Amino acid sequence: MDAITPNLFAAGSLDGEDGPRLIGARNLRDGTLRFPCPPGMAADEWIAEDLPRTGTLWSFTVQRFRPKTPPYAGPEAFEPFAVGYVELAGTVIVESRIVGVPFGDLHIGMPMKLVTEQVLDASRTGRISFAFTGESTV
Amino acid sequence: MSKVYIIGAGIHPFGRTPERTGLQQGAFAVREALRDAGLAWRNIPCAFGGSDSAGNADTMVNELGLTGLQFVNVANGCATGGSALFGAYSAIKSGEFDLAMAVGFDKHPRGAFNPLPRDWSLPDWYGEVGMMVTTQFFAMKIQRYMANFGISPMTLAKVAEKAFANGARTGHAWRREPVTAEAILASDMVNDPLTKFMFCSPAEGGVALILANEKQARALGAARIELKAVAVRSRPPGSFEVFSPAIDVERGGSPTVNASRAAFEMAGIGPDDIDVAQLQDTEAGAEIMHMAENGFCDDGDQERWIAEGRTRLDGVLPVNTDGGCLACGEPIGASGLRQVYENVRQLRGTAGRRQIDGTVQTAYSHVYGAPGVSGVTILAK
Repeated sequence: MDAITPNLFAAGSLDGEDGPRLIGARNLRDGTLRFPCPPGMAADEWIAEDLPRTGTLWSFTVQRFRPKTPPYAGPEAFEPFAVGYVELAGTVIVESRIVGVPFGDLHIGMPMKLVTEQVLDASRTGRISFAFTGESTV
Repeated sequence: MSKVYIIGAGIHPFGRTPERTGLQQGAFAVREALRDAGLAWRNIPCAFGGSDSAGNADTMVNELGLTGLQFVNVANGCATGGSALFGAYSAIKSGEFDLAMAVGFDKHPRGAFNPLPRDWSLPDWYGEVGMMVTTQFFAMKIQRYMANFGISPMTLAKVAEKAFANGARTGHAWRREPVTAEAILASDMVNDPLTKFMFCSPAEGGVALILANEKQARALGAARIELKAVAVRSRPPGSFEVFSPAIDVERGGSPTVNASRAAFEMAGIGPDDIDVAQLQDTEAGAEIMHMAENGFCDDGDQERWIAEGRTRLDGVLPVNTDGGCLACGEPIGASGLRQVYENVRQLRGTAGRRQIDGTVQTAYSHVYGAPGVSGVTILAK
């Protein structure tokens, strides 16, 4: 199964023993770190950099209504899902779906860990995207 | 550099008007503004206008008349109206024109906006997984703010309650029924901690403002309300804005803080000098955070301010006197200009049942939207 977009996961990390890993892009001129990687980064002054697998929840909400399609590609039958920002220490604060945590247990500062999840699109072929989950729940 | 005066203001009621297109609502507002100023369309030599999703502003000459005026279309997302005003303001301040018009209008379908990632320099997957949703941003921003500064859900509800109370007194508002704080808290959760009645809805409407230099304003006997400052700012490093797949660990400024400071500097006054303010209230939490970002209080003071009713019509700093976006809805292209229209009414003392107590010498407006752009104006008489 393919990643939902190139340059999202570190090469080989979807199959590796240590688990998935996101990559960001470091600008060689000013040192800034960006996520996701800018398109066409190879042609510019960016190099890929692995991001930490764990972090802490910076903020969150629960998406209680089905986002409009397009652009949302999730199933018609809607289940509310959590979304948050996860601070990956010293690097960047990444926006992500949050899975495997009861909504009432979500709180700022809770430890989080990167996982993958399958995204179903209209053709029902799954593609791999990322999510975060509570670190102790996996 | 000339002083700039607002000599005419017109509005098409906000809400839903199935029988008129967005452009027609814009043209309606122009006619109202012309009537207000005692001018004819042929007198207007220069216009800036726009909508987000209701067509090209300059084609309203089909309805208003082919006078050959200079008409610049503005497309600047949620700051379209504010940017149109900046264009008209600059045209007069520079001495290029004696008279200029700013017009904004819109007409959105029901439900939340559904922007497409590629139109916002974002990858498709960001929308596919369900994160291209403006309401999520506002919920996550206030969620963190509440935790950091001790803001309670009841304070969110009281802000919305005030909006509907003010809307009930406002002719151009969409939501005209008061709603209690308890009912607001009990309405469906949309994006935690924000309930349905804490959010504004996309809507329809149009606003036009006619600006003049000092000479023209005096000739028309209308040199009363001066547009002291217009500032529009985009994202600085380290800001946290709508549609951000990631944000910097090192937290920075905000376009609102920057636009506010720039406007106060231009006007030569400070937040303590403002008598009435219209602040972007996409949802109740936004109004609370924007009170601090615009310099009217410190972070966390809002809990006490709202409990004491300081931002109500009879408070020390009435905020969103016409019910704001919560009661008027948000037609993107018109929304920032509605705030200025409302300030003109308050300064003239013609706001009817929502006229604030005491003297009104200064008025402030702040519009904010995707992808992180703020527009601030300061009026004085």
